[in-house]
Amino acid sequence: MKSAVIVFPGSNCDRDIAVALERASGIAPEMIWHRETALPLLDLIVLPGGFAFGDYLRGGAIAACSPIMRAVAERANQGVPLLGICNGFQVLTESGLLPGVLMRNAGLKYICRDVHVRVASNDSVFTQGYAEDQLLRIPIAHNEGNYRAQESMLDRLEDEGLIAFRYAARDGSANGDANPNGSARDIAGIFNQSRTVLGLMPHPERAVDPAHGGTDGVAMFEGLVAALAR
Amino acid sequence: MNVALSKGEIVKAKVHVTLKTGVLDPQGKAIGNALAALGFKGVGDVRQGKFIELEIDETDPDAARALVEKMCVQLLANTVIENYDIELNQ
Repeated sequence: MKSAVIVFPGSNCDRDIAVALERASGIAPEMIWHRETALPLLDLIVLPGGFAFGDYLRGGAIAACSPIMRAVAERANQGVPLLGICNGFQVLTESGLLPGVLMRNAGLKYICRDVHVRVASNDSVFTQGYAEDQLLRIPIAHNEGNYRAQESMLDRLEDEGLIAFRYAARDGSANGDANPNGSARDIAGIFNQSRTVLGLMPHPERAVDPAHGGTDGVAMFEGLVAALAR
Repeated sequence: MNVALSKGEIVKAKVHVTLKTGVLDPQGKAIGNALAALGFKGVGDVRQGKFIELEIDETDPDAARALVEKMCVQLLANTVIENYDIELNQ
């Protein structure tokens, strides 16, 4: 599986995701600076977490205008899998590759801790390594993770199975207290229409080694390799 | 409201970006709570927005407005949750 990680000024999870991808695939991803305008042939593109451009204007808004994003959008539209984690998810909504918006956390606090999420759909290259409804423990670290969209769009995401992950309580139930940031319908991650673009707030790349405190992120990367290795 | 503009003057645009009605504004709420804590009474709903001032190298007001409108849609506002208002000045 040949992958690339797009690096923006202020990205800070680019190394973490590179380690996770190399461990799963045996091939180090290409690190591509945001000023580039072309991409090599790839099986997967990742927009990493961080604070691209210091979150100026809105999280992800300036990064969405970076030169490389034109090429990224082109590949995504051709069906090349595109994964946006945390700030990468914000870049995806700001560039219109995913619907909706990530607003300030309802509690106004930056939250950095492990949360539980449930796999709402394993029907994608990103989530096929998990069982449907599987409960995962994965860290979050964000200030703007409060997913919002028009009611009609939220209905559509639900009806068409485009919700990838939902926040859940430790026992797997969807009680409101388990939702850390106020996200509509407990949404932690969504797919685009073709399920080839995934944006999620939790950091699976920070849960791939026992020293991380958990390894529930491994199945995402191994699943990607199983689906995309040539 | 726009000041009457004559052609030939450099245009300054003032853009107000505000959250749409009904969109939860936790920052506005926190400001309201802080005002109450300071003893200010009678403060109702508080909404926080952004103010952006731009100098446009365009002397025709209509063209300048069209340009800023485009900037608002593409970058300055996220029209999923935000409204924008453009004011042109010399």
